Amino acid sequence: MVTAAAVWEALAEIPDPEIPVISLVDLGVVKDVAVDGARVRIAFTPTFMGCPALERMQACMKEAVRDLGGEAQVDVVLDDSWSTDKITPAGREKLREAGFAPPAPRNAGKTTLVQLQAKAFRCPYCGSTETRLDNIFGPTPCRSVRYCESCRQPFEQFKTI
Amino acid sequence: MSDRARLLLELADDELILGWRNSEWTGIAPFLEEDVAFSSIAQNEIGHARALYELAARELGTDADALAFDRTLEEYRSAPLVELRRLEWARTIARHWLYETADAVRLEALKASDDPEIAGLAAKMDREETYHRIHAEMWLDRLLAAPEGRTRLEEGLRELWPYALGVLDDELRPVFVERVRARLPFELPEVEPVPRGRHEAELEELLGEMTMVRRSAPTGARW
Repeated sequence: MVTAAAVWEALAEIPDPEIPVISLVDLGVVKDVAVDGARVRIAFTPTFMGCPALERMQACMKEAVRDLGGEAQVDVVLDDSWSTDKITPAGREKLREAGFAPPAPRNAGKTTLVQLQAKAFRCPYCGSTETRLDNIFGPTPCRSVRYCESCRQPFEQFKTI
Repeated sequence: MSDRARLLLELADDELILGWRNSEWTGIAPFLEEDVAFSSIAQNEIGHARALYELAARELGTDADALAFDRTLEEYRSAPLVELRRLEWARTIARHWLYETADAVRLEALKASDDPEIAGLAAKMDREETYHRIHAEMWLDRLLAAPEGRTRLEEGLRELWPYALGVLDDELRPVFVERVRARLPFELPEVEPVPRGRHEAELEELLGEMTMVRRSAPTGARW
């Protein structure tokens, strides 16, 4: 007998394919799980639309449900219900520990260049806020590149969307 | 074909073709940060194209890859602005800024659509496009700040202006024109738009390159 709780637990074990320190549940991309006998429906909200990890995430979720003895259907929700605010507090902490500065909260309003250039972003290595924007874009769609003037390390900042 | 499917294909074709054009800077942009920026912007645009094609494909009974790669040249609905191949930095920035400014007007309208799928997808795309706009505005200011940059940018904008006017329909175009005029320190001429539906010669070449793998392995390439 597959239960929704067991599915959530299994999904919380799946690492993000690109940033494996964080799980899919931490990332906030699992919007809903509905169980009917062995049939499981997962509502999945993609992060960045051009992210090549999205297909891998879906395959991993199906596999995890299969391991529980169920069969999953993944419904991709293409609206703006995912934002970086959906990353859980535990997920943010794991990102920081792995050297990614977590995203700034969305409630700061519309993102502007002035905001991105502000020093408010904290270096995940030394904690300094003496940091500057190096590039709005980074190695994957979800990241910007910043530089810490205190410990002289470049670091990756999760974009707020 | 329904108006809805036609609209989705217009949007998807714009994003796909521009994504390819942007990706042409990968490895050869003036400096490393811009290699990364244009590659990342290209990846986003192609991601948007895929979602839009999927929505259209559901209605047309096909799939996203077939819409992206198997149509004839005449069937593409892209705006001529995105088809041009201009591997010159000031012209690239001119197109980037003109397209993002037009696209912002279009996304605002789509977000207010009473079709929940289109409104939802537009809202999601807009979250990412915010960064494209910040990047385009930053470069506009940078080029305007120095005499040579300003001269080259102005040349590029004048050349591309009739094409930019063809991105939006008669209803949305005036909003776009007003925003462009309010932002630029010089006037752009009153000209006729280069409309959607006719294609630039460069598109044929691009489609040849873009569909090469698909044509050589019709049952799907495996890596």
